[in-house]
Amino acid sequence: MILPWIPLLALLGVVVPLLTRQRGRRFCSLATAAPAILALLLVFSQVPALLAGDLPRFQLAWVPQLGLDLAFRLDGLSLLFVSLILGIGLLILLYAHYYLEAHEPFARFYSFLMLFMLSMVGIVMADNLLLLWLFWELTSLSSFLLIGFWSHWTDARKGARMALTVTGAGGLALLAGLLLLGDMAGSFDLGVVLESREAILADPRYPLMLVLVLLGAFTKSAQFPFHFWLPHAMAAPTPVSAYLHSATMVKAGIFLMARLHPAIAGSEAWELIVTLTGMATLLYGAWFALLKTDLKAILAFSTVSHLGLITVLLGIGSPLAILAALFHILNHATFKAALFMSAGIIDHETGTRELGRLGGLRRAMPVTALLTSLTAAAMAGVPLFNGFLSKEMFFAEAAASPLLGGLSWLLPVLATLGGILSVAYSLRLVHAVFFKPARKAPPKSPHEPPRLMRAPVELLAALCVLVGLLPVIAEVPLGLAVEAVLLTPLEFHLAIWHGLNLPLLMSVIALIAGVLLYALHAHLRQFGRQFSPMDARLIFEGAVQRLMTWSERLTVRLENGSLQRYMSWLLGAALLLGAIGLLQLPSLAGARPTQEADGILLLGAALMIFGALGTVATHRYRLISLLMLSVVGLVVSLTFARFSAPDLALTQLSVEVVTMILLMLALFFLPQKTPRESSAGRNIRDLGLAASLGMVVASLNYAVLTRDNHGISDFFIANSVPGGGGHNVVNVILVDFRGFDTLGEITVLALAGLAIFKLLNRLRLFMPHSDGEGRVWSPDRYPLILTSVSQALLPLALLVSAFIFLRGHNLPGGGFIAGLITAVALILVYMARGVEWTQQRLDFQYQPVAIAGVAIATLTGLGSWLFGRPFLTSAFGHFHIPAIGDIELATAMLFDLGVYLAVVGATLMILANLGKLTTPHRPSKEEKH
Amino acid sequence: MIQHLIVLPIVLPLVVGIILLRGRGGATRPKRIIGVTATVLLVAISIALVAQAASGEVTYYALGDWQPPFGIVMVLDRLSALMVLLTSLLALGCVVFACGGDDEQGSNFHGLFQWQLMGINGAFLTGDLFNLFVFFEVLLLASYALLMHGGGKARIQAGLHYVVLNLAGSALFLIAVGVLYGATGTLNMADMAQRLASLPAERAGLVSAGGLMLLVVFGLKAAILPLYFWLPKAYAAAPAPVAALFAIMTKVGIYAILRVYHLVFGDQAGALAALDQPWVWWLALGTLVMATLGVLSARDLRLLVAYLVLISVGTLLAGIGMRSEAATAALLFYLPHTTLVTGGLFLLAELIGKQRGKAGTRIVKGRPLYNASLLGVLFLLGGAAVAGLPPLSGAIGKALLMQAASAEQQLWLWPLLLLAGLGSLVALSRAGSTFFWRSHEGEPSGQPLAKRQLFGVTWLLAAAPLLVVLAGPVSDYAQATAEQLGEPAVHIRALLPETTDGDEA
Repeated sequence: MILPWIPLLALLGVVVPLLTRQRGRRFCSLATAAPAILALLLVFSQVPALLAGDLPRFQLAWVPQLGLDLAFRLDGLSLLFVSLILGIGLLILLYAHYYLEAHEPFARFYSFLMLFMLSMVGIVMADNLLLLWLFWELTSLSSFLLIGFWSHWTDARKGARMALTVTGAGGLALLAGLLLLGDMAGSFDLGVVLESREAILADPRYPLMLVLVLLGAFTKSAQFPFHFWLPHAMAAPTPVSAYLHSATMVKAGIFLMARLHPAIAGSEAWELIVTLTGMATLLYGAWFALLKTDLKAILAFSTVSHLGLITVLLGIGSPLAILAALFHILNHATFKAALFMSAGIIDHETGTRELGRLGGLRRAMPVTALLTSLTAAAMAGVPLFNGFLSKEMFFAEAAASPLLGGLSWLLPVLATLGGILSVAYSLRLVHAVFFKPARKAPPKSPHEPPRLMRAPVELLAALCVLVGLLPVIAEVPLGLAVEAVLLTPLEFHLAIWHGLNLPLLMSVIALIAGVLLYALHAHLRQFGRQFSPMDARLIFEGAVQRLMTWSERLTVRLENGSLQRYMSWLLGAALLLGAIGLLQLPSLAGARPTQEADGILLLGAALMIFGALGTVATHRYRLISLLMLSVVGLVVSLTFARFSAPDLALTQLSVEVVTMILLMLALFFLPQKTPRESSAGRNIRDLGLAASLGMVVASLNYAVLTRDNHGISDFFIANSVPGGGGHNVVNVILVDFRGFDTLGEITVLALAGLAIFKLLNRLRLFMPHSDGEGRVWSPDRYPLILTSVSQALLPLALLVSAFIFLRGHNLPGGGFIAGLITAVALILVYMARGVEWTQQRLDFQYQPVAIAGVAIATLTGLGSWLFGRPFLTSAFGHFHIPAIGDIELATAMLFDLGVYLAVVGATLMILANLGKLTTPHRPSKEEKH
Repeated sequence: MIQHLIVLPIVLPLVVGIILLRGRGGATRPKRIIGVTATVLLVAISIALVAQAASGEVTYYALGDWQPPFGIVMVLDRLSALMVLLTSLLALGCVVFACGGDDEQGSNFHGLFQWQLMGINGAFLTGDLFNLFVFFEVLLLASYALLMHGGGKARIQAGLHYVVLNLAGSALFLIAVGVLYGATGTLNMADMAQRLASLPAERAGLVSAGGLMLLVVFGLKAAILPLYFWLPKAYAAAPAPVAALFAIMTKVGIYAILRVYHLVFGDQAGALAALDQPWVWWLALGTLVMATLGVLSARDLRLLVAYLVLISVGTLLAGIGMRSEAATAALLFYLPHTTLVTGGLFLLAELIGKQRGKAGTRIVKGRPLYNASLLGVLFLLGGAAVAGLPPLSGAIGKALLMQAASAEQQLWLWPLLLLAGLGSLVALSRAGSTFFWRSHEGEPSGQPLAKRQLFGVTWLLAAAPLLVVLAGPVSDYAQATAEQLGEPAVHIRALLPETTDGDEA
């Protein structure tokens, strides 16, 4: 149970700095270090078990559907990496304590740093592929925050975004790769995966999986051609560069290749891709390291180069090559972290990192000079330093690799070339900074840094020398790590002297030629200048910009804001899908015999067609078009009447009247005529669409009507009287069988009123002063005849609606129709007398009326709860009322009253709001907001 | 009360809406108290519903005591319970946020909000196709009114497109329901499913015409490829708490597709089963592509989030299009994540915009934010979650979906889904670095955050880490839901025991 505590402690480290920031930087630094130290001790406590041959593991199911477990392991490889991550992390923390300026938000920095540490620890300890991926992407995110830490600086922001994009993209590819890998192996459990090599290599998806996984690894480890983000990530504060870009994050890709080595390596594809990519990276990075003049840029490119070296070794893949790779990981982490920190010290104390402004610093900073020289020697591969050992092993493996067949001599030659370059840039680094006389004085007068700021560098430099002299001390951890990668123990011995052999010769050549190359450095730079400089950042930003512009252009073209176009898509889709269904129908007509067409029917049909065509033909004269539309509506009501649906006919009629009047009110605000706007092509499209959709719907109608329907309607007819207490089946359906629908619909009505209020509330509309022909409106706004008729009609209409309402349950009628009739009568009064006159007499708001309607209907429904019945259960009975006699009362009538009020209220809300627009009492003036 | 539990998510907001809407004026404070209390109650009710549904039993509530297939029923199964819970959780964040001041920008906010919830919950619970139409209308009108809240030219213009297109959609819905009723003689979805099993072959074309037209309507609601054009501008123009609530509206369409094409057009429907599948699958992929381009093109954070909603629509529909139990389970895990997180991002965009003065939510350099750190952390959280970066919920949802794809589907889904994630990452990192890093000159503008607004944002964005921690149980529930959806026969038997027995005998 110790294992999960290691990442948990790192997680604690994320929170601690934020909690302790008030107590000063020293306290905060110490508090942040504490969990990391503890974690490191926990790691070391596992070493005896590892040495004894155990494999500490921890597993907790998390998302079984996904195959994701919270599983950790600590094998030799994890041990090597986790010690590096925690150990160097602690040194970086110490260094950062001195590095950051007093005003900088150190707590946030520590927190980000520990978040990064957590994600790295997670990667190297994960025992589940998906868990590994989770942590992998977390490193992208945390490094984004760290690189962009100096966010006021453009370079930092852009460098951070570029790193996030490249490594994030790689991470997505990796996810795909790992999902494939898990599928091939049958499990995401690392133990299972590592042992499924045969199944994986034999799978046809292996090449795809390999490419995807390697994409992830290469982007993270800055392999050519994905290396470009790393130099720009140097905009980060130096502790970040030292930590992320030397010791840890860039090693994550390497780690992944080593981790999955037993499962996916060894195929020809692996060897070719990995070795050649590594070699290209090795040379490319080394070449640019030689040309750059910024201290951190030199180190960044040399890092790229060394990562390439390790990649080559992993590509070769022989047991000794793996050993060399792991050894070089260790060595590179020590000397490169030290070098980055030295560069940071120089930057910190002189104010610049440009080689041109530095020089002769050995006098002002003798100790730093010594430390830098030692670690640079390790980087160059000078004998007696740790870098020499692993580099010689690299030479030996390159020479021994049979890869490339007849061209296999190419590998050692290129390896030596890389060695030469690396000697040259290391030499240049030390010489130009400390020994060459300065051409310009640095911005600050240089001096040694605080004692403790240098301490991490001293420790790492000492390690470089110690391992270089006594390689034996690295044997134990390396042995464990190699065993974890090869799955079998490897017998080996690290030694400085192997006798006179080819690798030694290559080393000697590299050293001598490297010195010579540095001597010719001026010519090289001359040569390098001939190439136009490629700024990866500009290219990247340009590409992102172009992508955005391009997608914006496409999006705007597609979403051009034309409602007509959106409508045509919608109708076109309905047309297409409806037609597809119709095509499968064996014959349009069903078995049911058709009714005889008589003269009245034909006349009605002709009228309806005339109305519909007229509406379209006259659409530029809105008033006439509207009248034509009302012809259609009226004939529809007549049709209902003809086919014995009096309820529907009544409803349709009153709805027709109300909507026509409201539409006419709205027309007042529109121009009377519209100009010809559509092109001929558009007209044809619209006509075609409308006609075909009409035909499809008509065909569907015909198909439905000519088929028998053994539906649920028989039940309603049978149960209307015994179950619903009413003879009017339509009304009983509305208020009882499907009362819930009606409740919903009156809510919709009330909502429509509210929505129109909201829409018109603040609208400032243009009010035309004349009609289309330029005639001003008549001064007689309220004609006498109309006012008298409307007033006389009102009580009559109310009486009629009461009658219609009461008979509703048994005869055609009901709350809905009654409400509409009342509304029509009131609308007439409004029109005849104007809003002001009417509102003085009908002194109440309509919103409460509509809401009260919904409320009554709802309460009726809730009432049934009192009797333990479901919502809206109806009850009815016969009551004897003195003087009136026997009467049948149903709760459904109460419900219907709600419907009535909702209809009246909502209709009048709409009317009053439209009407108010033309009066001085605009609603916007009455509302506070 | 317990026997009425299923209908409570509809009746409660209905009654509360009535109380709140009874007059236009009135003090804001009591309205806020009522609105928030009711939403909290709704959360409690939905938790109870989930607990009830988790047993795996399908239960129903017959309105008016008219038994199915004749009356209208509300049906509770795992899916509807999940959706109602999700709605109430989202609504709570939105309503508390609105209490920070947005509710005073116009009239009737809280009442309309409650009726909006009624419409959404009704759509999730109903077992009747026509009743579904009614609730579509309720939520359409309520959402239109809420969209107009606060007024302004952009809202009126976007609102017009929204309402006209959706009304046309309603008309199509009616035609489709009419055709289906004409062909099958019933409106109850379970009954219709049962009748499709013994449908005369001669009528299959009619049913498929109705079923496919219904798909157009649901596709319009869900915002699938050629029908989504109204969405980005409408969502970007809506007031923040409304836009956040709208995050569930596209899911109504997605829910309807899931429900209708798994129950009515489920396996028992023979040749008509999975009528929607090829259409949904290919158009979902197209939606994913266009939404990614939209995300990249957006120059305003609200618009960016609107396109992120579209990406989530494309992702979810692709999950439906895969038509497998695993894919359904995966999309049901992804659905709460994306709804809550995109909702939270709409709210967050409002807070960011408020603190940037004139620059607002446009992705340009502006003045530094007053609460840069806090908003930055929230933005990072929401952005990483929605882009599918670990360790947040989006990553797990995406991985689940990718894993559920069959070998052929992988070929299409994986690259598109991953590229959508990458596009979001690029766009969000650009926006974030502009808001929080590039805007560093000048005095900070804006006022400190209102506590309520901050609560709203945090409440919604907290889903991202919480869904990761609870990924085990949530994905178990999603899995069980997918299994339940895959067994329409159980659903039918629960609603229509007698007739089914009759058939078997």
